[in-house]
Amino acid sequence: MRILEAESVTKYFGGMAAVSDVGFHVDKGEILGVIGPNGAGKTTLFNLISGALPLSSGEIRFKGRKTSGLKAHQICRLGLARTFQLVKVFGNLSVLQNVMLGSLFGKQVVTSQADAMREAMESLEFVGLAKEINAPAKDLTLGNQKRLEVARALATKPEVLMLDELMAGLNPTEISEAIADMKRLKDQGITIIMIEHVMKVIMSVCDRIIVLHHGKKIADGTPQEVTTSSKVIEVYLGDSEIECSTAG
Amino acid sequence: MNRVALTSKKFLLPGLMIIALILLVTSPSYISAYKVMLLTSILMYIVVSVSWAIFSGPTGYISLASAAFFGVGIYTAAILGRILPLTYVIIIGGLVSVVLALIVGVITLRLKGMYFAIFTFGLVELLKHFLLWWEINITGTRGRFVISVHSETVFYVMIIIFVAVLLTAYLIKHSKYGLALQSIGEYEEAAEHIGINVTMVKIATFAISSFFIGSAGAIIATRWTYVDPYIAFNPIFSFMPVLMSIFGGLGQLFGPVLGAAFFAYLEESLITKFPYHYMLIFGIILVVAILYLPDGLIGLAKKWKKGSLSSGLVELLQKRQKGRKEV
Amino acid sequence: MVLEILDILISGLLNGGIFALIAVGLSMQYGVARVLNVAHGEFIMLGAFFTWTLYTMLKVNPLVSLVICGPIVFVIGYFLHKTLYRRIRLSSESQGAFEGNSMLASFGLLFIIQNLAILRWGSGIKGYSYLNFPVNLGGAMFAANRLVTLLFAVAICIIFYLFLTRTRLGKAIRAAAQDPDAAGLMGVNINQVLALCFGLGALMAGLAGSLLSMSFRVQPTMGLEYTVIAIIVIVLGGLGSIPGSFIGGFILGLVGSIVSHFEPGLSLVAYYVLFMILLLVKPTGILGR
Repeated sequence: MRILEAESVTKYFGGMAAVSDVGFHVDKGEILGVIGPNGAGKTTLFNLISGALPLSSGEIRFKGRKTSGLKAHQICRLGLARTFQLVKVFGNLSVLQNVMLGSLFGKQVVTSQADAMREAMESLEFVGLAKEINAPAKDLTLGNQKRLEVARALATKPEVLMLDELMAGLNPTEISEAIADMKRLKDQGITIIMIEHVMKVIMSVCDRIIVLHHGKKIADGTPQEVTTSSKVIEVYLGDSEIECSTAG
Repeated sequence: MNRVALTSKKFLLPGLMIIALILLVTSPSYISAYKVMLLTSILMYIVVSVSWAIFSGPTGYISLASAAFFGVGIYTAAILGRILPLTYVIIIGGLVSVVLALIVGVITLRLKGMYFAIFTFGLVELLKHFLLWWEINITGTRGRFVISVHSETVFYVMIIIFVAVLLTAYLIKHSKYGLALQSIGEYEEAAEHIGINVTMVKIATFAISSFFIGSAGAIIATRWTYVDPYIAFNPIFSFMPVLMSIFGGLGQLFGPVLGAAFFAYLEESLITKFPYHYMLIFGIILVVAILYLPDGLIGLAKKWKKGSLSSGLVELLQKRQKGRKEV
Repeated sequence: MVLEILDILISGLLNGGIFALIAVGLSMQYGVARVLNVAHGEFIMLGAFFTWTLYTMLKVNPLVSLVICGPIVFVIGYFLHKTLYRRIRLSSESQGAFEGNSMLASFGLLFIIQNLAILRWGSGIKGYSYLNFPVNLGGAMFAANRLVTLLFAVAICIIFYLFLTRTRLGKAIRAAAQDPDAAGLMGVNINQVLALCFGLGALMAGLAGSLLSMSFRVQPTMGLEYTVIAIIVIVLGGLGSIPGSFIGGFILGLVGSIVSHFEPGLSLVAYYVLFMILLLVKPTGILGR
């Protein structure tokens, strides 16, 4: 079943097309990877799906319902949550409060603060942050701030979770933990779309990958298909980024 | 033992507040009429400051529109005071402010940071100059007389507004919207993406908080007897709540209360004899508070209670040292 | 009819020159030092009072006063930044927090300077007469001192613009305005440059005050009105753009003279309406991107 569909999605920034005529779909329960060189339009695509930016043209549908044109909070309440490339946790709020906000305002709104707290604790336990619930979010390490963002997104009870470079800046242990987390999420039936530079992650968790280059989609298929595509190799040849990322 | 201490602490604060309220309500019977007027002024400033802090405190949007809401309330009393009973006048004064706040809220949605502050300040001046032009050219008056009300009535009405604004502030702060407002102040974009209708929450809070400023203006106008646009839309009523709240401490509900009480008392004791000295002190305290009291008096008291005031000073000195090195 | 239009145009230009000068000054303070200095008008007031004092006490020619008052106000502004704003800059968590705090501190400064002035000079209106004879400009009559004011205002703006674009120091300032961190890395002493910019902003306000005092009333509370005009002009011209502020000053001057020709009481209202519409429709200013 197609949970998310994008049809000739285009976004102009002052005459420049950041995303141009991109179409793709995500099946329910799938993990879709979005890769491409810097400036390929990956984050812009996320911003379009999540409603942070309006589309210039095209259409995005979530469970058959048109979402392009809706506000970010409305899209979140339909069941589409995201994290940010540069973490945006509420630094002066406690870890628990950060996540409670997700339960209080997300898709299945809980009415009492006690329920919100219980739900928040579940999300925090899931990402392994249950011990630091009272610390201000700004005091967490980068790795934990990223976990917190995931917990906050999960607390909104999403069906689709969009992760924007979750692995960037994490150490190898944290990356392995995050991969395990993603597989558990998949088992719970949550669909994941992820922008990622770390190829190890892409290869080991993604069911399917789309490749963006200069705002256009140049490939779409299983990790094996995509990495052997001559077009993709051509784009990445001479671009040392992919090797660096694999190493990192 | 521990549990007893806990429960007694739980009831201590509300108990103290009720006692304070009873003392306040019965005060006209045992303090002088002058002191009642002074208390009324203090309450008025608390109302304006707490209202301001409901919205601007957590979100960090510096609203300089307080004087506009206040002035709107004052002119409501000046225009309707003769034809409607006091209760209606006060409620209408608040409601007109709410309408103004809704309009401002809707048209300033896109303005962030400094632009919001500038816009709201411009609003006060715009209303003042337009009203002045209107009064002189259309109605042919410059100022208006306001039907005066017994000073004890003014006092009691102010207590009601005061209790209402404190309750509202408390309820908002401890509801999920209080948390949402804080998250908006931290990362508006992230707040939107976890399902918070940022626009709605901002506008609604701004409008609710303006109600109390408008009604405070409506009741205090009856004490002033004569108003004109310069008196009603005095920008000082935009700055005062900001200063009072920052000086008292924005993080806590009682910060603005404390700050407002301090300045209202200072104003009352200085303004008649040394008006310019008062304004001078006002400016100096504003600068000093921004430099040295980032968390206000409440923050200072907390540090002191923790016994870390000295370490706080060390920190301050270190910061200074660091600053020197950077030069 | 033609005479009326000429009259409106010239008085618009006469006002515009001063508006441009004070806006260019504020533009330096907000565009580079990121301080929305609400006390800008107080420096204008100080310039005006210094000039008035020099003229009435020592019979110093107001145009000579320019070279006396300017440096004084510059030094005040420079040290204010060195002490007050730099400290706020160090203690603020973010750029946004700094802008908020520094604006509030400048409100404090406004009250301090204004009330010190009242305590020193009293709250009454002062004035003197200099070059106060009419000049005929194609049928429209204007006081000579206002023409001199326009001339000097334009000259100061042009000299300043040349300083920014042609000198090493000016280039360092512009680099700092673009990207403070990068400029810092390239060896620009950023604290020094910011203080300099703030001082230069004050300098221009002081010069504007000196010029204004020749043809307008001088009063300790005169500042805020000019501050508001300066803020409107820099928003009009695009925040931080010096040419934008210059042109914006003349545009606002013309708007003012057109409106006050028909309804003198509404010129301030017109400024605010223009300003609010601009903020809503194009907050980057008419010349901004």
